[in-house]
Amino acid sequence: MTAVFAVCFAGLAVAALLVLVRLLLGPSVPDRIVSLDTLLQVVVAGVAIAAARTRSGEFLAVLLAVSLLGFLGTVVVARFVERRGA
Amino acid sequence: MRDVLSAVLMLTGVALALVAALGLVRFPDVFSRMHAATKPSTLGLLLITVGAAVRMREGGDAVALLLVAAFQFVTGPVAAHMIGRAAYRSGAGAQAGLVVDELADVSAPPA
Repeated sequence: MTAVFAVCFAGLAVAALLVLVRLLLGPSVPDRIVSLDTLLQVVVAGVAIAAARTRSGEFLAVLLAVSLLGFLGTVVVARFVERRGA
Repeated sequence: MRDVLSAVLMLTGVALALVAALGLVRFPDVFSRMHAATKPSTLGLLLITVGAAVRMREGGDAVALLLVAAFQFVTGPVAAHMIGRAAYRSGAGAQAGLVVDELADVSAPPA
């Protein structure tokens, strides 16, 4: 079972690196919002797998907080870009 | 048996997250990147949270995990819609790749 978690965390690390590449390269601000949103979903996935590994419930506050703030951040920046232009 | 199920769910979820990240990097246009970024990562996240919920000891934790998954399912499309509208209105999405622009006559096209 530990091998499964190792593979999962390695895969998420590679996904996070790819998203980071788009975050740096992204020509326009909406590209960066999309990549930040995906990065936060990768973080939530990582925390969920860590919660599965320890089989205990103390991670749940982190999970809810990160997913809530991820959505909030995306919405706020999207409204900002809409007013100011890219 | 539960471990096998959660392992399969989590591995598929991670594979979907990888697909989302790969698509995010390789697609040429903001809107096509949004296709790649939002859909598979939301489904991947759902699979991972269900896989984690299967392994939880108390039922309450599993329900909280499923709540997170349901929340991601609800907010994913809303956030993507707002990004798409912001990208269109601010003109960031207006690369040469766009062929048909049906929104031009409805809302204000980018100045």
